[in-house]
Amino acid sequence: MIEVNELTKHYGRGTTVRAAVDRLTFTVRPGTVTGFLGPNGAGKSTTLRMVLGLNDPTAGTVTVDGRPFRGRPRGLRHVGALLDAGDVHGGRSARAHLRALARSNRIPDARVEEVLAEVGLAEAAGRRIRGYSLGMKQRLGIAGALLGDPPVLLFDEPLNGLDPEGVLWVRGLFRRLAAEGRTVFVSSHMMAEMEHTADRLVVIGRGRLIADESLAEFAARAGRATVTVRTAEPDRLAAVLTAAGATVRPGPEAALAGASLTEAGPDDTLTVTGLDDRRIGELALENGLLLYALTTRGASLEEAFMTLTADSVEYLAGEPR
Amino acid sequence: MNTLMTAGTATTDSRVRRTGPRALDTEPRARFTDLLAAEWLKFRSLRSIPWVLGLSALAVIAAGLKSALYTRDHYTPGDGDPVVMAQLALNDAFNMAAADILLLVAGGLGAIVIAGEYATGLIRTTLAAVPDRRAVLLAKACVLAAAMLGYGLLTVGVSFGLTQAILSDVGIGQSLSDPAAFRYVAAAVLFGPVCALVGLGLGTLIRHSAGAVVGTVVVLFFLPSLLTERYRWTADLLHALPLPAFQRLARTTLAGMRPTEYPATVTGSWITFAAWALGSVAVATLVIHRRDH
Repeated sequence: MIEVNELTKHYGRGTTVRAAVDRLTFTVRPGTVTGFLGPNGAGKSTTLRMVLGLNDPTAGTVTVDGRPFRGRPRGLRHVGALLDAGDVHGGRSARAHLRALARSNRIPDARVEEVLAEVGLAEAAGRRIRGYSLGMKQRLGIAGALLGDPPVLLFDEPLNGLDPEGVLWVRGLFRRLAAEGRTVFVSSHMMAEMEHTADRLVVIGRGRLIADESLAEFAARAGRATVTVRTAEPDRLAAVLTAAGATVRPGPEAALAGASLTEAGPDDTLTVTGLDDRRIGELALENGLLLYALTTRGASLEEAFMTLTADSVEYLAGEPR
Repeated sequence: MNTLMTAGTATTDSRVRRTGPRALDTEPRARFTDLLAAEWLKFRSLRSIPWVLGLSALAVIAAGLKSALYTRDHYTPGDGDPVVMAQLALNDAFNMAAADILLLVAGGLGAIVIAGEYATGLIRTTLAAVPDRRAVLLAKACVLAAAMLGYGLLTVGVSFGLTQAILSDVGIGQSLSDPAAFRYVAAAVLFGPVCALVGLGLGTLIRHSAGAVVGTVVVLFFLPSLLTERYRWTADLLHALPLPAFQRLARTTLAGMRPTEYPATVTGSWITFAAWALGSVAVATLVIHRRDH
């Protein structure tokens, strides 16, 4: 269990001080995979480094299983962490790297061979890390996190550089670790990655908490489905639907505008929320209105994520800051 | 999703008991020797380190042999003041070039050992595995100092044995039972660990590999050449630097030296060695404890 309480980290001093993490409070519970989401620069890595005691918070506290991690003399049996796959010395072999880590925590060398086999690096373990691909380094980092068989695991963007087989393997691994009762906390800037991995989500933007809820709650927050209707008499249909309690906007849904315009003018199209396609069809029939098309679109988690974090994107392409 | 979550919770209760408290129940007590073993493994698993140590040891021994052979071939037994000849014989075992090589190798290695961890990012992995940062740095310092001590014992020992055996042909070979010779050899052997720890301290402060090596060379090698013994304060500063301290300890007689108003003392030079070694470790320990990583 990871408990983050009013956690704050400022960088810089004087007038240029910037809050990388701003009064963040959330709890990561055992038995689940919790996704840690936010755009680039949202403060995810800074938060994870504070969990591991690598950075001291400006204010607030963070504990792992009830104690600040830095207070523990040895860490691997308590928290396994992969912060950055590049945090290794390229001149050593994977085996030497892991053995040094294991030895510092009095973990037997046999465990090193176990985790090497588990991540699929048994063959390459004697080679120097310098020659590894990013995907192999991610596997090595995961092996390091598993060394101490810890109850809490942290992964910062672990899917970067993995091939599709690797992504599937990592997802399965995270699920298994959570099913074994461990706390699994995985950061990502891609909602799509988390959609198939996480049970719960902690979403932050500009260092602030935006959401802390189950994936299902997050999906519900994504908003209700919208129905796009093409009709011969948009004005009359809009009046009928509004009277039935729907919200009606002329034209196709903003997100689809580009695609829809090519096949139909915006003037025969309505975007409806608050009524489902079935009810809209019934109302049209009752009022003798001709429909050309009825299309339902559920809001995707990706869109929900984009909407939620739109105000807190740190680096926006094409917009000088 | 729902089925998966139920499956997760179902197994949680039975497994939690196995994995959850396991970490607390069976965790062995933290031992400093584990950190020493880990740092020693890290030290010897970089291929460049044995190469640098091996080649530089050969260079030191070769330089000693060369000058000892030269002395033997150009010295008539019985010539010269015996005290001066004893100094000459010791200088053949470990001359100034050898001291410079040792300084650069040990200082550079000390700087690289820690700056390399910062430059690669390995330091974060290390400190996440061992949150007790001061213990990590102390273990690193111990392993480094011990390795350089062993390297110094081997290199200076072999060089001393070979050169003095050659020089006993002409009757000026020195023995370690002579206190002056013993001090000379002890200073040469300890010079390596001192330089290495200075490198470790500067490497911790500077964190970039190249910058740390350059900084160490500047402090150990170039700083002494900027100071003279002309004034009291410059002489004091000079004598408080490791290389001049070694030079003083390696001087068994002041005969033939340019007289100076502010000479360095042997005791002061030993203190200089100790102060740089301990001071560097203390600063590094403080910095690594305080800084964000």
